[in-house]
Order: sequence, then structure tokens, then C-alpha cells
Amino acid sequence: MTTDESLDPELAAGRDAARTVSMRDGFRVLGVGIRRQPGVFAIATFGGVLFGALTVADAWVLGWATQNALIPAMRDGEIGTGVLVAVVALFVGVALLRAVGIVARRLGAGIMQYRLQAAYRREVTRQYLALPMSWHARHPTGQLLSNANADVEAAWSPIAPLPMALGTIAMMVIAIAQMLTADLVMAAVGLLVFPAVIGVNLVYQRLTSPLITRAQQLRAEVSEIAHESFDGALVVKTLGREAEETERFGARARELRDTLVRAGRIRAAFDPALAALPNLGVMVVLVVGVSRVLSGATQPGDVVTVAYLLTVVSFPIRSLGWLLGEFPRSVVGYRRVHHVLDETARMPYGDATLATSSARGGARLDVERLAFSHATDQPLLRDLTFTVEPGRTVALVGATASGKSTLTDLVTRLVDPDDGRLLVDGVDLRDLDHGELSTAVSVVPQTAFLFDDTVRGNVTLGADVADEDVWAALRTAQADGFVAALPDGLDARLGERGTSLSGGQRQRIALARALVRRPRLLVLDDATSAVDPEVEGRILAGLREAEDGDGATLLVVAYRKATIALADEVLHLEGGRVVGRGTHAELLATSPSYSRLVNAYDSESDSDSEAAEPTGVTR
Amino acid sequence: MSTRMDSGEANGMWATLRRGVVHSPELKQGIVGTLLLALLSTGGQVVVPIAIQQTLDNGLGAPGGPDVAFTIRTGLLAAAAVLLTGVASYLMTTRLFRTGETGLATLRTKAFRHVHDLPLLTQNTESRGALVSRVTSDVDQVSQFLVFGGILFVVSVGQVLVATIVMAVYSWQLTLVVWLAFAPLFLSLRYFQQRLSAAYGVVRRQVGTMLSAISEPVVGAAVVRTYAVEDRTQQRIDEAIRRHQQASTRAQGFTAVSFSLGGLSGGLANAGVLVVGIQLGLAGDITAGEILAFAFIVTLFVGPVQMGTQILTDAQLAIAGWRRVIGILDTPADLVDPGEKGVTLPRGPIEVRFDHVTFAYPGGPPVLRDVDLVLAAGTRLAVVGETGSGKSTFAKLLTRLMDPAEGAVLLDGVDLRGVDQRSLRSSVVLVPQEGFLFDDTVGANIRYGRLGATDAEIVEAAEELGLDDWVHGLPRGLATRVGQRGEALSAGERQLVSLLRARLADPDLLVLDEATSAVDPELEVRIGRALERLLVDRTSVTIAHRLTTAENADEVLVVDAGRVVQRGPHADLLAEGGTYGALHASWVAQQAVS
Repeated sequence: MTTDESLDPELAAGRDAARTVSMRDGFRVLGVGIRRQPGVFAIATFGGVLFGALTVADAWVLGWATQNALIPAMRDGEIGTGVLVAVVALFVGVALLRAVGIVARRLGAGIMQYRLQAAYRREVTRQYLALPMSWHARHPTGQLLSNANADVEAAWSPIAPLPMALGTIAMMVIAIAQMLTADLVMAAVGLLVFPAVIGVNLVYQRLTSPLITRAQQLRAEVSEIAHESFDGALVVKTLGREAEETERFGARARELRDTLVRAGRIRAAFDPALAALPNLGVMVVLVVGVSRVLSGATQPGDVVTVAYLLTVVSFPIRSLGWLLGEFPRSVVGYRRVHHVLDETARMPYGDATLATSSARGGARLDVERLAFSHATDQPLLRDLTFTVEPGRTVALVGATASGKSTLTDLVTRLVDPDDGRLLVDGVDLRDLDHGELSTAVSVVPQTAFLFDDTVRGNVTLGADVADEDVWAALRTAQADGFVAALPDGLDARLGERGTSLSGGQRQRIALARALVRRPRLLVLDDATSAVDPEVEGRILAGLREAEDGDGATLLVVAYRKATIALADEVLHLEGGRVVGRGTHAELLATSPSYSRLVNAYDSESDSDSEAAEPTGVTR
Repeated sequence: MSTRMDSGEANGMWATLRRGVVHSPELKQGIVGTLLLALLSTGGQVVVPIAIQQTLDNGLGAPGGPDVAFTIRTGLLAAAAVLLTGVASYLMTTRLFRTGETGLATLRTKAFRHVHDLPLLTQNTESRGALVSRVTSDVDQVSQFLVFGGILFVVSVGQVLVATIVMAVYSWQLTLVVWLAFAPLFLSLRYFQQRLSAAYGVVRRQVGTMLSAISEPVVGAAVVRTYAVEDRTQQRIDEAIRRHQQASTRAQGFTAVSFSLGGLSGGLANAGVLVVGIQLGLAGDITAGEILAFAFIVTLFVGPVQMGTQILTDAQLAIAGWRRVIGILDTPADLVDPGEKGVTLPRGPIEVRFDHVTFAYPGGPPVLRDVDLVLAAGTRLAVVGETGSGKSTFAKLLTRLMDPAEGAVLLDGVDLRGVDQRSLRSSVVLVPQEGFLFDDTVGANIRYGRLGATDAEIVEAAEELGLDDWVHGLPRGLATRVGQRGEALSAGERQLVSLLRARLADPDLLVLDEATSAVDPELEVRIGRALERLLVDRTSVTIAHRLTTAENADEVLVVDAGRVVQRGPHADLLAEGGTYGALHASWVAQQAVS
């Protein structure tokens, strides 16, 4: 499948996130991390610096041991135990301290990294919960999941090598100071190595940064394709499109491979150069040093010291490169995460409340001159006005795509109308406090969504509900039978999106979820389409009974006559507006199009001839 | 048959590597050359330190005073070695990248394909996130290790070996001391690796839980809002995030401690070399200069050992990832495709035969028992029965989404298991109740039924099914985008797209499983009539709870509790009564309300 990028603002945003990454951007992300976790950062840095300093101290201990143990022993032909103990104590002491440094550095870096990851994940998911549905509709699931997971991880990836790099810098400072004290000329030659290494590193970063950024983008695309393709596994299987899907995935995987191989080739060239520079530096220092010893300008011991220091520092110096190497990934991840965090769109809430829940009985719903359309598209609903009196049951009947589901989205305030308003008990939905509407209104959607939780969790959604009430709701929804048959009953886990249940079973759990809250306005959006007629009949009977008890208001989207028969009033929708209203019988008598719609099966059964003139299906 | 996917956790490290190479044969390509280059580049890396030591011993400490000419000669030699090493290292790294990444791309693609080849049941028991991560982040982990740690590990091991040889040339006793100092580290390595492996296993599971929790506010955004359960959802997410953080920190603690052991061993080795060295020197076995030179070479040993142990730690993660990818490939795709060797079904209406077919889900009672029937080519069959009676299982067996536990399903006399899948999928099409839509346009989604179909052909198909008005009524016609999983369309519209898909696929056997359940009655009836015309010269099986379908079918099959209890034309069955009579009565009762 091809994606038309010009139609998708999010892909444009993705490209924006992939704009060039400078080193300063990388440091800026690090700065944010440090400001948020200064304590752990201090511990990790202390560990890194301790490690660095003690690595250099090894050279000093070796010198001390040579001076005070080795040379006197060889000269005198004997050695005191005290000196030997001191040598061991010094070496082991330095090593122990260094081990402490390693633990502090690594554990500190780990704690810092994981804390930052956790904090960002919490913030991102809070955003997901706070952002309006319209925002969600514009963002692919795969992208949002990777924002909260892979991107957060990428953003804080440089935290791991950070303390080591800081320790290396400390080590370099100490080594340079020691070299300078030993011999200025040799030190000056040796020091040339540092800017050379850093310079080569910078060129390397510049060359690979775009490739690494591209690779990260491709990784996200590979993941999105896999997500969608596995989601549609059934269709892929039934139409035998495995090969095409594999090709769609494989093409991206190959592109990712090519990008990584290109980046690898650059690394292959730079790595040996970076490794060789300090080595060559040591050789130059030796040549200079030997001639200086010859001319009496310096001592042989100083040549050893400078050469040793350069060797010791040459390996960890590359950890600076590893830190810088994480920058592009980090900055891109950080930008992608902030693309979510910086969103400010909110569904605005008022502070109005509905009459206390002790006031049972049905809620009143007023729909006034409602209009709604998706962005620039043609209107889905126009000039829609009707009232549902408390305790009454109204059926919304209309052809496929006549705007019924859109209306249920509006009643539950998943979206706000472009024009007109909706009132529950006389209060505009937009004036209600957050959470207030849900105390009175429950909706059962066409497609049920279940949480990766137990049956009980899915029905109560965490509310404190007695088991018998849960069972009662399940009974009304005709779900008590199969739930009781599950191994753990109410405590049976349903798995991600309830995949262990059939479509009809999922619908019935979703129905029980709505019923258990004893809503004052219950909206059923073709909520029993996957349930067979007999079971549906029992559900409807149960609902009717429950309704008589509570006097709840009921708004049902339905095709089946048995469902419609529940209604005191029927609204016939066509092309986003009400074209007829009245009782089922009245509409049957007065509206030919209504009668064609609901009596389709009858006419089908009654005659084999072309009974009804087909009318157009319009949106 | 197992419904669970192989976690691959039974495989040890070496078994994993072996299986890994089997699945990505590219990894073996030119391996000898790459290893030779690796040897050359590691060997070269020791030249410089040896040159330094030589210069210190024979240049700086030459008997006749410092020898500049020797130093320069040695320096030039070392420079030449560095250059050679560099070239070898470049070649080795590029080769490793090429074969490594190619091998992993193959593995990734193979695993992806295998997920599609897995039985429906296995696909459904795994969370989508877990499946996706096996072909994405798990492979990435292997890739990152291979190109970062892998090379360094080869080089480190080489350096340790070369350093040992050089040390032994100076003094075998001191070499022993160094190895003894590192013995505790080497011996405890296995223990730490095991603990680490277990700790990372926990991290991995927590990642899965966390991903599932994170997906709830995204996939279930509407439910969370309509029930205003934001706080509860956030609590669940926070808990999952906290557990993941805890597990990761714990694993990091292990690596920190195991890594610090390397630092300790280095100190012990230095102390040992000096103390034992002095004793040896006193005995006249070694000179002071040699001891110093030895101490110098020890650093060549310590560095790579520390690097190597760290890499082994990272390797645990990579191996674990690799193991999981291989786990997919090791999960049997029990619907084996005979491929080219299989029979290609001839075009034209298909005769269907169920030969004593029984099916049960693993560990469950039979869902279908001993179904034995023949359906003549060109028959329009309706299957009816209560929820859970086995109707959908019948459809899935018929389209080979599952294989029967006993008996056989035969099309035109050929056992389905012997039919080339490609031929099967082009002749037999199932339209499920919830047809999945890709995040693309309506046109592209319909075209999924026949790749390469033109817009005109799609419109023609829509006309045939009486859906042209619907298509024209779409905001942008066929170019209308359907959104994630088709959520910009209503459930009924998604079914229309699925039907059009099937129409384009032009099958000889069409199986409709509640394919129009969300469509309004008038449209459903109209589609039904259109299908009647289109189904001439095709065999069709329709599962529907709206019994009008049964009334219009040639034959009706009544399924109850996994058994076929009645079969025949609607009128005959109605006269018979029985299960069908009851079903029909309840349907009529529903319709009678007016």
C-alpha cells in the first residue's frame, strides 16, 4: 500500500523531526536530563571522575613501586616485607576505589536513564489521555506507541555513556597536567593527539548523523508496517496476500539495511583512524623523547611516564565518540516525543454538575440545531433537532452512513459540534465538569474495546461494585453464561483487546460495562450486531425490564425491528438530518423510504420478485 | 497443536547462535576471510605497544646510550603496521556490516512472513505489540550488538590472546600470576551472565506489559473518555512503567557489580606482577627492565578483558532478542503450504466435501464433530445455528484458516492440505465479519482484493453490487482515506469495502461469515440480490443470523453444538421443525413486531 504523504500532516511533522541535528541540540537534550535528575547525575559523574582519576593513578602507583621497591630491591638484592605490603595495598586500594567508581558510575547512569525514561513515559501517556479525540484520529497508533516507547528510549540513550565521557575528560585533564610536569616538549607533541582525535570524531559525526537519523526513521516505518499488517492478519490470510505484505515490509527492511551498511562503511574507515592516532602519537613522543634524552634535556623516566599516560588515555578517549554518536538518535527521539508533549489542544470543560446521582430516573436529552462535519469534508450531520424526554426510549434508524454513529459520538462528547448544542437535563455538555457526563451517560459502541484486564476489571473499570451487581449486569447483557464458564469466572483475564472472546461476547461485556453504572441515559450504537437474534431478544427483554425499574432514558441505533419496537419514538435519519419522526407504526404508514428500510427482510420473504425500487445510499 | 508461540527461551547461547546462522545463512558468507582480516587487525594492534616496549628497552635503554636511529626505525615500522591494520580493520568492518545487516534483514523479513503463516489461533493469543517487537526491536538489538559489540569482542579476544603470548615470551611465571588474578573474574562470569540473563528476561516481560498498558489510552481512547476513567488508566500505566523501571535498574545493578570485578582484577594483577616479579628478580630470573616492560604489557591484557566482559553483558540482551526472533521461526506454521507441488484448483464452481471432519481447539472439547457432507458445485448454502454452535469454525475449515483435527476437507476432490495456497487463495475467499482496513484510501483497500485493478473496475464492481451510490457519496470518492484500521468509516461501510474486495478477487467459492451484519436491512437485502446474480456459476457459503439469507439459499445447513442436525431447502426444513423451526420462529417473532 502506498501512503499519500501530501494528505498526511503527521508525516510532514515526522520530516520536521528529522531535520538536521547539530551537536548543540545533543547537548541541549543532555542539559534537560541533567536539570531533571541533578542528584543521580552528581553520583554518576563522581563515579566516572573517580574511575578516570584512578586509572591515571595506576601510572603513578607503578612509578612509586618502581622507585621504592623494584629498583632498591634489584640494587640491594633484598626487599623488606613492609614495602611489599605497601605495594600490594596501593595497587589493591586503587583498584577497590576504582571498582567503587565503576559501580557508582554505571548504577548512577542507569538509575538516571531509567528515571528519565519513566518520567517521560508518564508525561507522554498523560498527554494521550488529555488530548482530544480529534487529535487521536489524526495520529497512527503505531506512531503513538513508538513515541511512548522507542522514542523515549532514544531520547535518553546518551545518558548511559555520559558519566564515562565525563570521567574521560577528568582523566585527560589529569594526564595532561602530569605530562606537562614531566616534560613540556614531549607533552606538547603528545597533546596534539587530543585535538586530532576530537577533530576526526567531529567529521565522523557529521558524516554519519544524517544516516543514523534516516535509519531511525526507517525503523519507525518498519514498525508501523508490521503493526498494521499483523493487525490485519486475518484479511492478509484470507486473500492470500502474505507475499505482497512481506514485500511491503521487506522493501523497508532492505532500505534500513542499506542505510545501516552505509553508516557502517563510514565507521569502518574512522574507527581504525581513531585507534591509530594515539598510537602514532606515542611513537612520535618516543622519537622526540629519545633524542631529548640523548641531548640531556630530559630523563628516561619522564619518557616512560609520558608514553604510558598517552597509552592509558588513548582507549577511553573513544568513549567521547560514543557519547557524541548517540546524539542524532537522541535528538530525533526527543523531538518526536516533544511533538506530543508540546500539544496543547484540550477538550475544554466547564464546572457545571448534573443533579446528584441520588436523583434516579432518566435524563433528558435535547439536541438543538446540531451540525457536524469532519474537517473540510461534507457535513455528516446538519440542522438536527430533537428531544428525548426522561425515561423515554428513542430509536435512531437510518441507512448505513446516515450519521447515526456520529451522533452518538456527539452525545457522549467525544467530539463537539460545529454548530448547535446538546443538553443533558438542560445543561450544555460543554459546560459540564470533566467526568460529570459519564456519571449520567453510558454508551455501548458498535465495536467493543476491551482492556487487557479481568472480566470484573472490564465491567467495573475500577469502580467499587459488588460482585452481585456485576453478575446482574452480565445477566442483563446475556454474558453471565459464558463468563461463568470461564476458568476464573469474573477474574478471568481477557487478554489484549479481548482477543480470546468472540465478537458477540465482546459486545456483551461492553454492554454489561455500561449497564453496571446504572446510567440515566444509555446509548446503544448497534451494540448487539454480532449477537444472534435469540440472544439479542433476551438482552432486549432484560433491558426493557431494567428500564421499567430505573426509568432510564434510552437512545438506540438499530436496524432490527425487535429493537426498534422498544422505542416510544423513532427518528429516521437520512443524509445527516431527521427526515421523519413518530412511532414505528406512524413512520411505517407515512414514510415509504422508512418502510423500505425496516421491512426489507419482509419484502424479501414475501416475494421473489423485485419488490422494492432501490433507493440510493447516501452519506 | 499448540496455540502458544515458541518463546525460544529453551535455547542456550550457543544453540541460539547456531540456529541464528541457520536462519540467516548470509552470516556465514566470507566468514573465513573476515576472520583472517580480524586476526590481521588484532595482530596489528599489538604491534604498536610492542614497538613502544622495544623502544623503551632497546632505544631508550640501549647499552651505549639512547639510540635515535633504532627508535625512528621502529617508529616507521609501527606506522606501517598501523596503516596495514587500519586497512584490514576497514575491510573487516565493512564485510561484517554487509553480511550482518543482510543476514538480519533476511531474518526480520522471514520472521515477518512466518507470523503471517502462523495459525490464526497462535496469532490471536499473542499480543500485537509482542509480535511487532519480535520483528523490530528484537532484531535491532541483535543488529546493534553485532556491529558495535561484535567487532569489539572479536578484537578483544584476539588482543587477550596476543597479549598472553607476548607476556609468556617475557615470563611464563608472571603470565600465570596475571591469569590467576583474573581467574575469579573468569570463573564468576558464568554466574553473572546467568543472573543477568534472568534479570533481562524480567525486563523483557515488563516491556511487554508496559507496551500493552501504553496502548490502552491510544487504542481505547474513546472508551476511556466516555467512561471518564483517565485516572484509573493512568494508574495502570504508571504501575507498569514503575515495574519496568525497577526491573531495568536491577539488571543494571548486576552489570555494574560484574563490571567492577574486572577493575579489581586489574589491580590484583599489577600488584602480583610487581611482588612476584621482585622475587623472581632477586632469584636472578628477570631484570628490572623486563618487569617494567611486563607491567606495560599487562595493560594490553586488562583493557580488552574489561571490554570483553562488558560486551558479553550486552551480548545477553542481543542473544535474548535473537532467541525470540528465532522463537517465531521455530513455532510451527501448521498450515503447511505444499507450494508448487500442490494441486492447482481448476477455475469454475467448486464442489465441497467434508469427510468426517472433527475440530477442537487445543485442550478444549470438539467444536465440530464428525461433519460429513457433500456440497454440489454451484450450490448456494446458508449455514445457521446459535452463537457458539460451530458455524464460524465451519467457515474457517472450509477456507483452510485451520486444519481439521480428524477427517479432511476436500475441494473438487482434493484435500485442502494438498492444494497450492496461492491457487487456494485465488479460488476461495472468506469475507469475515470484521474486515480489516489498512490506513489508506477506500480505493487502495478495495484493490487489496485484486492488486492492479483500475478505478474503473472498482466502480464497475460497486455498480454490480449496487454500491455505486455509496462510493460516489464518499467525500473524496475512492480517494477517501479510511484512517487507522478504517475507523473513519462506520462498521457497515467497512463491511462494504470488504465485500467489494471479495468481488474483485473473483473467487469460485465465496464464504461470507456475517459479512453484512452491520449494514442496514434495505442495503443488505439489495446486496443479497446482487450477490445472487453474481453467484451464478460459483459455490457460496453464507453464515448469517438474519434468516432471509437462509430463505433464499438453495440449501440450509443447521448446526447445533458442533453437529449438523438438519439440512435441506428452507421450505423442507420449516416443515420439519426441529432446531431450524425454533430459530425461524424466533426470527419471525422479531420481525413481526411492527
